Amino acid sequence: MEPFIRLDALVAPLDRANVDTDAIIPKQFLKSIHRSGFGPYLFDAWRYLDRGEPGMDCSKRPRNPDFVLNQPRYQGAQILFVRENFGCGSSREHAPWALLDDGFRALIGPSFADIFYNNCFKNGLLPIVLPAEEVDRLFGECEATPGYRLVIDLPSQTITTPEGRVIAFEIDPFRKECLLNGWDDIGLTLRHADEIRRFEQDYRARHPYYFVEEPAA
Amino acid sequence: MNHKTLYDKLWDAHLVRQEPDGTALIYIDRHLIHEVTSPQAFEGLRLAGRKPWRTGSIVATADHNVPTDPGEAEIRDPISREQVVTLDQNIRAFGALRYFPFHDPRQGIVHVIGPESGATLPGMTVVCGDSHTSTHGAFACLAHGIGTSEVEHVLATQCLIQKKAKNMRVRVDGSLPPGVYAKDVILAIIGRIGTAGGTGHAIEFAGEAIRSLSMEGRMTVCNMAIEAGARVGMVAVDDKTIDYFRDKPLAPKGALWEQAVEYWRTLVSDPAARFDREVLLDASTLKPQVTWGTSPEMVTDIDGRVPDPASFADPVKRDAAERALAYMGLEPGTPISQIRVDQVFIGSCTNSRIEDLRAAAAVVRGRKKAANVKRVLVVPGSGLVKKQAEEEGLHRIFIEAGFEWRDPGCSMCLAMNADRLEPGERCASTSNRNFEGRQGAGGRTHLVSPAMAAAAAIAGRFADVRELLPASV
Repeated sequence: MEPFIRLDALVAPLDRANVDTDAIIPKQFLKSIHRSGFGPYLFDAWRYLDRGEPGMDCSKRPRNPDFVLNQPRYQGAQILFVRENFGCGSSREHAPWALLDDGFRALIGPSFADIFYNNCFKNGLLPIVLPAEEVDRLFGECEATPGYRLVIDLPSQTITTPEGRVIAFEIDPFRKECLLNGWDDIGLTLRHADEIRRFEQDYRARHPYYFVEEPAA
Repeated sequence: MNHKTLYDKLWDAHLVRQEPDGTALIYIDRHLIHEVTSPQAFEGLRLAGRKPWRTGSIVATADHNVPTDPGEAEIRDPISREQVVTLDQNIRAFGALRYFPFHDPRQGIVHVIGPESGATLPGMTVVCGDSHTSTHGAFACLAHGIGTSEVEHVLATQCLIQKKAKNMRVRVDGSLPPGVYAKDVILAIIGRIGTAGGTGHAIEFAGEAIRSLSMEGRMTVCNMAIEAGARVGMVAVDDKTIDYFRDKPLAPKGALWEQAVEYWRTLVSDPAARFDREVLLDASTLKPQVTWGTSPEMVTDIDGRVPDPASFADPVKRDAAERALAYMGLEPGTPISQIRVDQVFIGSCTNSRIEDLRAAAAVVRGRKKAANVKRVLVVPGSGLVKKQAEEEGLHRIFIEAGFEWRDPGCSMCLAMNADRLEPGERCASTSNRNFEGRQGAGGRTHLVSPAMAAAAAIAGRFADVRELLPASV
């Protein structure tokens, strides 16, 4: 996983609540057995006027001029402003994969759905939760200011606006550490392999009925 | 401290270690796997030179991509086929306790076959790369839907990294009126608390109305906990829970069974347990529910009307309602019962079990599909559900009414296979999500119970199933 330390990037605003993972990456693209290549199909049903299918050359597809991410001023954005309950619905990790593949590294919104939120951290995509009033204000600033950029600094847990306003954000210390170092969860957990093994033996002795058909190790 | 909720008990029983900040490793008993969210996890294992920690915890099936048309012997779509073949190869290479591949007589939707095979047992931690894993909470399991990185993590370590959620109880008191089902209960709950109402919480569903539900009905309720924002939904163990597993193939037998039952009986919240949040509903006031928008919280009674977006005080909700009505092609104030449907879908991990098919058949018996309804799909949740329905003659009732009797799979719940809506088509669906494009690009989904879906198929529009039910039911 690519570490996340500091990001100075253009922002795009996606002003709708309850954006679900079906909208972020529609089901027909989940047939891929790979982790990459989802970026061109991000928000497919909103971004294009035709019906998307896997393998299409998206550079030739008709774009929906009304969709905010198609506006020239937001091209190259790496930070996405979102509204409440972003990422609700399906557990598909293809949603953060698509956002990352399309260039996004951070999301800022008032709330995220649990599974999506979790999936972001596993991939180096930083979802930042701020109070709804603060998010409102940021949406307003972004829409009013062409070329609106933010600086996100993870070590100090701050966001700095173009006018120099500094906004602090909260993040779970474990997740922060993993992001800063680009750590792989599995490697970290396997450092406790002996402890897991001991737990398993004890657990199996207490609950043998959960190990039906399994020969003892 | 000795007054624990069911969630506390399940959490404590599986806690391997916990960091000072609350980050914990939770031991996983059952890992359910399907073809869509597992290929990248197995690939990750391979690249890192790792092996599954405990293949005996793995139960796998192909469900999302499989065709449900009984005439289809093969998966025509080459990309869908590749995904299913990849699962075959991964299970062959890495191993599993059970695998129910495409065409196996016991193949089906992962959340239907888990309990049906006894792979899911009370008190287990269950994970699956699928948000509707909450379904298994109906059996007092701690069941989490997880992403693909977590699938790989559980494969490699047998643990899930989690922080403990808050405790929430939704109590549904009173008894359900005729024509009102588990699906209506959960839709009404989501309508009340919203699609983010349970975020960060583990929900225990309790109260007389929940206890009176069959295990199938409890699965329907827990299935949609995620639609209320909660990753985990649960119901405490009672006699029905235990009876359900008596003859299941993977359930323990003999002395092990007795030992298990003794433990399972402890899987209830202590009377004095504290919940961080409690929600109360009166079942006796509930009516059949129909969603009108593009989020499950956009729901109303069958005798209700499509709301006017202007009636929402919150500007975000008003904006969402306006967008939803535009997408759904509905006018404010339209009576729900005047909305005509083009297709009907009876199936999905929410409502494809035998009881659901019986409820639908009770409405359909001796009636015909309305002329304006182009297609009615009845998709049983598993090969065993299909077999049982056929033994009961339910399939004949559906076929005689002009419905299509299909093979098991996820089908038009998410339209990854060939079963889908065309742009603008409107569907009465027993599935769990009415998101834009969920059942096919441009398709319009209204979530209902199986009985209400059957009623819509007969009437050609949404109809109050309470008026269609035989007097004896």
